[in-house]
Amino acid sequence: MKPVLCLRGISKSFPGVKALSGVDLDLYPGEVTALIGENGAGKSTIVKVLTGIYQPDEGTIEFDGQPVRFPSADAAAKAGVTAIHQETVLFDDLSVAENIWLGHAPRTRWGLIDRMEMRKAAARLLESIGATLNPDARLGDLGIASRHMVAIARALSIEARVVVLDEPTAALSHQEIHELYELVEKLKAQGKAILFISHKFDEIFRIADRYTVFRDGQFVGSGKMTDVTEGQLVQMMVGRSVDQIFPARTRQTGEPVLTVAGYSHPTEFADIGFTLHRGEILGFYGLVGAGRSEVMQALFGITKPSKGAVRIEGQIRVIRSTTEAVAAGIVYVPEDRGRQGTVKGLPIFQNVTLPSLGAVSRGGFLRMSEEFALARSYTQRLDLRAAALDQDVGLLSGGNQQKVVIAKWLATKPRVIILDEPTKGIDIGSKAAVHAFMAELAAQGLAVIMVSSEIPEVLGMSDRVIVMREGRIVDEVEGDRMTPETLVRAAAGLAAAA
Amino acid sequence: MTLNNSTGDVTGRIIPDRMRSSFARVLRSWETILIVVAILIFVTNSFLSPYFLNAWNLSDATFNFTEKALIAFAMAMLIIAGEIDLSVASIIALASTAMGLAMTAGAGVPVIVLTGIVTGLVCGVVNGALVAGLGLPSIVVTIGTMSLFRGLAFIILGDQAFNGYPKDLAFFGQGYVWWVISFELVLFAICAVIYWALLHRTTFGRAVYAIGNNATAAQFSGIRVDRVRFLLFLLTGLMSGIAAVCLTSRLGSTRPSIATGWELEIVTMVVLGGVSILGGSGSIPGVVLAAVIMGLVTFGFGLLNVPGIVMSIFLGLLLITVIALPRLLQRK
Amino acid sequence: MNIFKHREALLALAILASLGLIASRFPAFIQPASLANVINDSAPLMILGIGQVIVILTKCIDLSVAANLALTGMIAALMNGAGVPLPLILAAVVVIGAALGAVNGVLVWKVGIPSIVVTLGTMTIYRGIIFLLTDGKWVNAHEMTDGFKALPRLAILGLPVMSWVAVVLIAVFALVLTRTALGRAFYAVGGNPHAAVYAGLNVGRTQFWAFVISGALAGVTGYLWVARYAVAYVDIAGGFELDVVAACVIGGIAIAGGAGTIWGAVLGALFLGVIKNALPVVDISPFWQMAISGSAIILAVAFNTAKSRPKGRLILREATE
Repeated sequence: MKPVLCLRGISKSFPGVKALSGVDLDLYPGEVTALIGENGAGKSTIVKVLTGIYQPDEGTIEFDGQPVRFPSADAAAKAGVTAIHQETVLFDDLSVAENIWLGHAPRTRWGLIDRMEMRKAAARLLESIGATLNPDARLGDLGIASRHMVAIARALSIEARVVVLDEPTAALSHQEIHELYELVEKLKAQGKAILFISHKFDEIFRIADRYTVFRDGQFVGSGKMTDVTEGQLVQMMVGRSVDQIFPARTRQTGEPVLTVAGYSHPTEFADIGFTLHRGEILGFYGLVGAGRSEVMQALFGITKPSKGAVRIEGQIRVIRSTTEAVAAGIVYVPEDRGRQGTVKGLPIFQNVTLPSLGAVSRGGFLRMSEEFALARSYTQRLDLRAAALDQDVGLLSGGNQQKVVIAKWLATKPRVIILDEPTKGIDIGSKAAVHAFMAELAAQGLAVIMVSSEIPEVLGMSDRVIVMREGRIVDEVEGDRMTPETLVRAAAGLAAAA
Repeated sequence: MTLNNSTGDVTGRIIPDRMRSSFARVLRSWETILIVVAILIFVTNSFLSPYFLNAWNLSDATFNFTEKALIAFAMAMLIIAGEIDLSVASIIALASTAMGLAMTAGAGVPVIVLTGIVTGLVCGVVNGALVAGLGLPSIVVTIGTMSLFRGLAFIILGDQAFNGYPKDLAFFGQGYVWWVISFELVLFAICAVIYWALLHRTTFGRAVYAIGNNATAAQFSGIRVDRVRFLLFLLTGLMSGIAAVCLTSRLGSTRPSIATGWELEIVTMVVLGGVSILGGSGSIPGVVLAAVIMGLVTFGFGLLNVPGIVMSIFLGLLLITVIALPRLLQRK
Repeated sequence: MNIFKHREALLALAILASLGLIASRFPAFIQPASLANVINDSAPLMILGIGQVIVILTKCIDLSVAANLALTGMIAALMNGAGVPLPLILAAVVVIGAALGAVNGVLVWKVGIPSIVVTLGTMTIYRGIIFLLTDGKWVNAHEMTDGFKALPRLAILGLPVMSWVAVVLIAVFALVLTRTALGRAFYAVGGNPHAAVYAGLNVGRTQFWAFVISGALAGVTGYLWVARYAVAYVDIAGGFELDVVAACVIGGIAIAGGAGTIWGAVLGALFLGVIKNALPVVDISPFWQMAISGSAIILAVAFNTAKSRPKGRLILREATE
């Protein structure tokens, strides 16, 4: 079979970084090609080259055997290449039909947008992919899964022949993921060439026909999924064998530090109660949208609970703001690092000292040398890689930014540290470092809560796991009951296996 | 409990505190550009007019910017924090009107001055409560209060004016502390130092930068974002009140149209001073330099009998050029 | 669909209610001639409001509209004085207005300066140019030809041409915004600039066209203003840019871009027009007008923000029922 789209020797550099150096990629009609690589491997850069957002410095693109260039996103779309990811069609204030047809809407004789025809065509497209959405609904009122449907309908509307799905299941529920798989099958049946980017191996093995692996901006290998094992893929990704991902630790839990009882919120969670001990890592597992982050953000003073009590070392504490949470010794490493974690535009050392300004100042006046001293000691403990402490934090990689966020909290000498999806979107090397550090923190007597949706991480790191579903705690497992099956069944609301 | 904080078991590599501070970086900084511009204008002016290099004339020139600069300091902090206050000129009008009312009621100079300052503070509280308390966008809120505050001055005064302020009040706008050094110039210098320290040396100033770069992450770092925002509006209100005292004293009268259009001049001054209109960066020395440049331009053109409106063309062009040039050069 | 969900409907109701209130004491105010007068007085605000809505939709702001109006108005008056025929003047004001808007647009698109800074600068520059053209002199009524002055006042079906221009422009741009690719692009670019790039839209170019439209409309208004009031000088319509922004805010246009309609701005302009015309009728000093419109802006933005505040995820089952 001949590929519909061939990329050969694509290179792309940015100031200071060579994002891609001479990579190849082939996409075949009616087949799903999985693009695999760690963060920073060049996956998103190649997608931007494919869709005309970036121009490659070197290399050729062949479409149906003809050399082509995509000087703009528009040109790529017209040629029949479309990408679906979090940044595609997302115009909250436009209707579903308008989102599908933006830029190529059917016209009346007068050159105006034919809204009747547009609506009908949108309904047809949505029906063809099995989505029951009202074409007139405002996109902003829809959930994430429905938005994906709209994005896919748009891909069909431009009669795309190449569809890029960039981590499409990242924010979907179990049920929604299944619907997406069915949709991918439909697209395959229509002869579309699909590039599927995902970090989840089970997913890749389930729906991909071929794979291509990038590492550090270079092409490592490609082939058919039937000819490769998970272990081989991981090895290609990281360039070394990964056998021991999680640090070995002995469980040593001390007296209770944090006790939560009857904690409730009008719409997000109800009756949350648990106890966290010194030296313990307590895992919170559940599907995306189970209310785990909402509970944690309430404990951290972001959202206000309607009732319930929080005790720290036996004392009742009322937490109405993040400032009070930090004062009570509760700190939170957020999932959304870019928006909630680091302050880009400020240098590394100022990010680290931000919650500890009181400690590095006298009468409100900052002591620059104390700031540097504090930042230095905590960033070194976390093995931060940076050119200098006065470098803008935004220039660091995801993993190093996460280290800055953790350093910032350790500098406040907390009692309880909550890590929300601490290794999401960071490369495997940094992941291991974060895990090792979590283990070290617990060993030093800190009480750790880890919210994670990755079962291996939850099982590998936690002493105990609380499972949440639809805003409530549905199970608490430890010891022998800590198995993938127990967690998945509890999170999905299924009865325990007989 | 605390974590082991000893540095004995440090495994990480040593990261230097600072990058090698290159001389080129200093040369290319905004403040350097402004200093060069200021010197150029100064030299050009002294060649063009024989009256320019005269201590008394130069001293007169400072009145062109001191009152606006007082507000510009607070405005700079507000804009760095990602907010804006377009009601400052209207606060001057209302504060000046309140001073007039106090005078009419027979108050002495201290009470009149206090009335102006407190009115400014109250206006700042209103803005701060609407923006930080209710979470409304500041640009729209202050367009509203801009009409409201000046509207109140119009309701009180109509087409009338307050005249006949006590003689002693004149000191704040017309008095000299020593030789050619006016009270306003001294106030300007003191406030410049205070605001420099506040923005660049205190925890409050650091919070301002953090909020301007990423308000959500600042909140997630335990910063009381809304309190900082509220205080910033309070400060702009306060400075507007102080400017109202100076301006009323200098003019010796109050009309509701007093200081019309100042808000845009002040924002221009702040942006010219290198403060990003999108928030997150800027410095007080930059604002001081921008104030001086605007004063020199106004004064120089005045000496050459160039009308004020032509000067505003120049300032408009200057504003766009100084912002455009680095962007255009960077592209190459 | 609940009618109260639409800000435009609510605002229309508020205008009708205030009209009813005024009419209950001063019936003369809602005589057709009086209402026509309100509409005519609001026409410049409505026309500029159309342009401002489009600019704000794309996440920008145009503070130079009043200066643009004054400059094109002055050029129209000068052309008239030089004996240029009226049709040519009309064509000229649109072209000059659009060109002035294009200057803003290029600085935003090609140089990447924030629109508030650009238009802050051009507003002073444009007004300054008027001074350079005229040395600060006024062009008075007797220096204008009768034809030049008569056109905006010419009544067709009981409404002056000035109002008709506003009506036609509202209809045209309502159609442009809802039924043309460019119109939808304005919404898309302001609503989500990142996604707009992926949808093949050029964000900067779309913003450029918004400024061109805003400028052209300011040009048209410039002629209408100068001809109707029969005077042109440097400071005409001073500070009017803020009234225009106020009309948009009252009309529920989101200052962050991406949401709002032409009708909102039109109703916002009408609301301000009703207040302005009603104050003398109900015997309140016209000096109250400024404070009232200021309060209206604050109320409007408080109302809009409260409505658009994001809801939580509604995770609990009972919360979704």
